[in-house]
Amino acid sequence: MWAFVFKRTLIALSVALTISVLCFSLLQLSGDLALSIGGPEATAEQVEQIRIEYGLDRPVIEQFTTWIWGAVQLDFGRSYYYQSEVMDLVVERLPVTMTLGMLALAIALGVSIPLGVVAALKRGSWIDRAAMAIAVTGQAMPNFWFGLTLIILFAVKLQWFPAAGSDSWQGFVLPAIALGYYATPAMMRLTRSGMLEVLEADYIRTARAKGLRTGTVIFKHALRNAVIPVVALAAVELGFMLGGSVVIETVFSLRGLGQLAWNAISRNDYPVVQAIVLIIALFYIVLTLIADILNAVLDPRLRAR
Amino acid sequence: MAQLLSSPVAATHHPANTWLSRLVHSTFKNRSLAIGLLIITSLGIVALLAPWLAPHDPYLQNTANRMVPPIWHETGSWTHPLGTDRLGRDYLSRLIYGTRISLFIGLVVALISGLIGTTLGVLAGYFGGRVDAVVSYLLTTRLAMPVVLVALAMASLMGGSMLTVTLLLGLLLWDRFAVVARSATQQLRDAEYVQAAQALGCPLPYILLREVLPNIAGALIVVATLEVANAILLEATLSFLGMGVQPPSPSWGLMIAEGKAYMFFQPWVITIPGSALFVLVLAINLLGDGLRDLSAPGGRNE
Amino acid sequence: MNNLSSTERSTAPASPLLSVKQLRVDLPVAKGTLHAVRGIDFHVERGEMLCLVGESGCGKSMTSLALMGLLPRKAQVNADCLNFDGVDLLTVPERERSNLRGARMAMIFQEPMTALNPAYTLGNQLCEALRRHQQVSRKAAHDRALYLLKRVGISAAEERMRQYPHQLSGGLRQRVMIAMALMCEPDLIIADEPTTALDVTIQAQILHLLRDLQQEFGTAVIFITHDLGVVARIADRVAVMYAGEVIETASAQALFQAPSHPYTQGLLRCIPTPGKTLPGSRLQAIPGVVPNLVEKVDGCAFCNRCDQAAELCRTTPPLQTVADGHLSRCHFAHQLSNPAQLNAQEVTL
Repeated sequence: MWAFVFKRTLIALSVALTISVLCFSLLQLSGDLALSIGGPEATAEQVEQIRIEYGLDRPVIEQFTTWIWGAVQLDFGRSYYYQSEVMDLVVERLPVTMTLGMLALAIALGVSIPLGVVAALKRGSWIDRAAMAIAVTGQAMPNFWFGLTLIILFAVKLQWFPAAGSDSWQGFVLPAIALGYYATPAMMRLTRSGMLEVLEADYIRTARAKGLRTGTVIFKHALRNAVIPVVALAAVELGFMLGGSVVIETVFSLRGLGQLAWNAISRNDYPVVQAIVLIIALFYIVLTLIADILNAVLDPRLRAR
Repeated sequence: MAQLLSSPVAATHHPANTWLSRLVHSTFKNRSLAIGLLIITSLGIVALLAPWLAPHDPYLQNTANRMVPPIWHETGSWTHPLGTDRLGRDYLSRLIYGTRISLFIGLVVALISGLIGTTLGVLAGYFGGRVDAVVSYLLTTRLAMPVVLVALAMASLMGGSMLTVTLLLGLLLWDRFAVVARSATQQLRDAEYVQAAQALGCPLPYILLREVLPNIAGALIVVATLEVANAILLEATLSFLGMGVQPPSPSWGLMIAEGKAYMFFQPWVITIPGSALFVLVLAINLLGDGLRDLSAPGGRNE
Repeated sequence: MNNLSSTERSTAPASPLLSVKQLRVDLPVAKGTLHAVRGIDFHVERGEMLCLVGESGCGKSMTSLALMGLLPRKAQVNADCLNFDGVDLLTVPERERSNLRGARMAMIFQEPMTALNPAYTLGNQLCEALRRHQQVSRKAAHDRALYLLKRVGISAAEERMRQYPHQLSGGLRQRVMIAMALMCEPDLIIADEPTTALDVTIQAQILHLLRDLQQEFGTAVIFITHDLGVVARIADRVAVMYAGEVIETASAQALFQAPSHPYTQGLLRCIPTPGKTLPGSRLQAIPGVVPNLVEKVDGCAFCNRCDQAAELCRTTPPLQTVADGHLSRCHFAHQLSNPAQLNAQEVTL
């Protein structure tokens, strides 16, 4: 178990390093940074000034080691546009994105697991069909458009929730639905197919032969085994949701990491972009690691290895 | 994704021709396959015949005729069945030309990413060992990168255009191809006909192209349909955020972005292109589901 | 509850524990209806070991699942009588049925590798049946499980209780399954090919164990198998099944000495006997195939494979009494049970 965790951590670290190299080299490939920071109206002297100020005149390797050394200490340099420490910006925005992600995950799990279980138990019934229809349409819906539609319906027409802003919890409801709906189909399908498979298993017949109540058979014996891959998927989906927050936070004007990233991208504020890409990648890596460990905890057969 | 890892592989041991005949045969039985094919074929024809089908020039602006509502509104007219946008351009014509953008990007992205992913996956699956370790590492790295964010940043660096978006997505979306090709090839590696070819001293490219590839094609086609859908959605997302296809191109995502300011009073400006996207992606997904059912004979519903 | 049932027993000693009359099981399949069990009759006395023998697909597993009430919902079960110790299993509500299941009738399955839930410890799975059916403390259930684990020959039982199924071998898991079946001291255990998936040496151990426990606890057992060798070792009585019917029932001794149905005779000839079967000689096999049970079977189901079939066999044979407690579903049962004729038969073969 510990050897496994150690090995996975090692891989995770090297993946993180690779991504930071990639982030950095993308930046270098993008042309003369000083020029893009200065903007089209900057004079040659101003550009030279910027170059020295941001250390862009030094060799690439030196720039990289400086950046990565900073990153390890959670220092991602200064933002070109906001004129403040990148890390301060991130720390300020992170809670919004995390709240959004967790809420979206809760919605996705809360919808997909019960629906998947019922669909499997009532296979071929109208409820199964409806669940599959939700899955198919959910995967086909562009999430930014779904978000806009939610705004029109629930914020403008019905006025149940605010259309934008993260000041109150109501502001999170619509974006969390928009983000969570996108992850629901995959988890629901996995729950449904897992339940169908498990319900056919011999140990379910054993449980019934013991005269256990239907609820015990379904929840203790079937769901427990069917849900293992769903939990792993949920962790990975949360990683994807943090990445997908760019779109949803922009649509709903939430002051989170995603919106910060989008603002930074449109203003060529590369230290911020680099930092956010790396942070989200790290989150994803940690989440997949957690997914693996959760798998091992939930499935005794994996624990021994 | 986990479903993809496990399900379609069983089907791949059929020679291509019976696979095709089964496709034709079961299209009539398999409803989602039939509906998907029908919609995609119609939209394909719309894309090809766009210049003849579109009632107006999609780029022609007419400021006197701005924001004309579609035909189902009281003030709508048959001159502009789906209305006009804020610059007075005919919405239907833009929608028709937009089909070209979505389909082109979807197909080319799937082609590029399919080429990359399949190559990596087949090599990893066939050789195993270090090759597999390297590919798995690349895969992990790729999966850890947030696609939308990286694509946005890159597109902003390189300047958004149809070509940039296509290349970027092509370079980013190969992961599922690699995963499926890898596991399918691993299962084939020990198949008798592959071992026979090895024993006969067939050259490696021959084994990979003639023995392995045709037998994992079924699984890859299913992935390809999903990736086409994925690419179309991502293109729309990038264009919506202003880093994808640039104005005045009639990308559906861009149309939604341009209509966003008007959506509170005239919701149809985003409903129409959004529905078009939804129908196209839905059709592709239905096709993919249908193909997956085909390639898992008598199989489970997944 | 156990006390109650024992008083019931003493009041009605004559009635069998389980009696089955004209049991039918129909399963809808793609091409119509599969008549898996086609009107079978048998009974089980208290404390006896009845072997249900037949080849795969003859309906013996369907019969056992029908008795337990574990058939898929789409399956249709009909019978003239399906009586378990005074309870009519056909009409009893599902709630009461599940009170019987695991408490008074338990089951042991064929595949020990997959019959236990991988997610829970053995202790957990052993105790839950007892705690479902009887008001016992956690400790009492634990002690009972521990006692039974020891009794079925599992060493370091205390430690095993905390282990998961994947940590045990197939033979051990089957012992656990047996212990699990005994948890509530059932009156009837249905063992569906419990030794088929095991190695031969383990098979013998499990058979001995079952036989010992059955005698010690006085439990009736329906032992389902396709292996006549197994039958010879453990059975009190035997019911031979073919194509969804019971074609012969007899005490084990009578069946082996005077088989009265051509199918039973054929099965017995398939077994090599040390000293009799010559080295290098071909083992006998029954030619032909089992009739398709989706279609209607007219006359004797075995007649297309029977080397003694006559015109009469086109009609459905009645169940004939050959001797006391020895029944055969063959028109020629009386001639067949005559050993002299049987020998003549073998000479002509």
